[in-house]
Amino acid sequence: MANTTISTNAATPSSLRKWAGVVPFFLFAILFLILPSLRLFVGSFTNNAGQFTLDNILQLFEEQSILNAYWLSIRISAVTAIGGGIFGFLLAYSVTVGGLPKQLRSVLITFSGVASNFAGVPLAFAFVATLGRTGIITAILKDVFGFEIYKTGFNLYSFLGLSLTYLYFQFPLMVLVMTPALDGLKREWREAAENLGASNMQYWWRVALPVLLPSILGSMILLFGNAFGAYATAYALTGGALPIVTIQIGAQIRGDVLHNPGLGYAMAMGMVVIMAISLAGYSWLQSKSERWLK
Amino acid sequence: MNDSLYKYLTWRALRSKPRDRKFNFWSWFWYLLGALYFILPLYATFTFSIEMQRDTLSFLAYEKAFADKEFWHTFGYSNLVALLTILVSALLSIPTAYWIRLRLPQARRIVEFITLLPFVVPAIILVFGLIRIYSSSFNIPFTDIALIPPLTNFRAGTTILLVAGYTVLALPYMYRSVDTGMRTIDVATLTEAAQSLGADWKTIMLRVIFPNLRSALLSGALLTFAIVVGEVTIASFLGVPAFGPYLFLLGQHRAYEPAALSFTSFLLTWMAMGLIQLVTGGQGQATGAH
Repeated sequence: MANTTISTNAATPSSLRKWAGVVPFFLFAILFLILPSLRLFVGSFTNNAGQFTLDNILQLFEEQSILNAYWLSIRISAVTAIGGGIFGFLLAYSVTVGGLPKQLRSVLITFSGVASNFAGVPLAFAFVATLGRTGIITAILKDVFGFEIYKTGFNLYSFLGLSLTYLYFQFPLMVLVMTPALDGLKREWREAAENLGASNMQYWWRVALPVLLPSILGSMILLFGNAFGAYATAYALTGGALPIVTIQIGAQIRGDVLHNPGLGYAMAMGMVVIMAISLAGYSWLQSKSERWLK
Repeated sequence: MNDSLYKYLTWRALRSKPRDRKFNFWSWFWYLLGALYFILPLYATFTFSIEMQRDTLSFLAYEKAFADKEFWHTFGYSNLVALLTILVSALLSIPTAYWIRLRLPQARRIVEFITLLPFVVPAIILVFGLIRIYSSSFNIPFTDIALIPPLTNFRAGTTILLVAGYTVLALPYMYRSVDTGMRTIDVATLTEAAQSLGADWKTIMLRVIFPNLRSALLSGALLTFAIVVGEVTIASFLGVPAFGPYLFLLGQHRAYEPAALSFTSFLLTWMAMGLIQLVTGGQGQATGAH
């Protein structure tokens, strides 16, 4: 048992044994995460005859239906990230700096934890019952205000409808990430600003927002990725009628709708690239925000 | 010096009081708007679900939904899968996080990178890759001898793939939860103390580390449960009889029962999150994947 003490020095045989402790983890990651991802990566550079090609990647930028799918996904993700981000920030503000009672804060946090996990089929059904043709809001607007939203061209199974549905899990996520950041605003900064004669507006515009900005932007990027990768909610709500990227990839898995497996892999890789860029952006901004907050 | 501090404190107390007491219109406005957004869809689902019988309110939709054998079958299957996922992800996370803290700090970066990957590879891409890899048999390299038959072709195989896929989705939460738990209890000192009292590795893991990680594990497990039980994407592409796809299909040809089950699944998520708040004392931040 002598060599199991903590301060074993790294000699070559024991350093090999040291890595043995993490083998199950790496084996699992390789089998069920790295290998499947690599398969798609290699596939996106392979043509039907099994040879190396860049055609799939190039075709990604030529095929109009694919470009449209990416553009639609990016728009929905951006709209719900910015909308959900602003709304979530205001909610987080109301329970931190805004001076609402403490109990309301814990209710909001718990509810946000639930709502940010309440996605997929149940969420889609809930919004059909709310804003569908016979939904409760639709009925209230018609009976009380005489306003028929479906006559205005509104449709739950459209861009706007899906965005409103996504917002249900988007802004709670913003609440969860922004609340600690807003807690990090030091009271002394406000006092210092006020001692120097700053108004409330000036304090927010010149002190608080610049400190919070990396954190706000980073969180919005997180929300963007959250919406960009979503599949189940959109599929359950629109049944595939709204051709966002994830829906298109789903169709490609079920049956080769693009008539080119390689192109399907390239499309999947494109998603991974966009997700990777947003994650990198998030962690870069997060490290920037830690300069002042925490 | 003391005098000026006293003045400062009084000044601060005086000027902070009116601000706290002031009725803050905009805070209330946003909070109530948020509350409406949260509650309205749930209220709509609930009222819809109790309107199955004409002109009366009843829980008929719930009775019918719960009377369906297929519901219990799929719901039981999903719970079993959730349990297996929690078990596998805990068994992968605890020893790894422990080993890295104690013996292998140089592996920290790469392991943390891997636990972040599921955020970059969404569920739909993951299941795409899993199907492409495991729909053909795994041969011994350069031969035709099959080591593993195609996992997508039989029930046990798809269940293995499902648990593996869910474990990948759960890994960020489970690993981080466990790792944070280990940071707060100072595993190195605990291990040294246990060793100096003559404990072997099994005793250290089972009787020292594990009990101290209970709340971290529980919050990771509950979050995993919330993510896994209603998951649709991976389950439907693997063609397993899970609750998510069942609910989706039910929604295609029924109206009231899906609403009843949606509301029930909301309550379940709510319970899981409430328990997380309880075990972590409100410190837990819980967000899952979609």
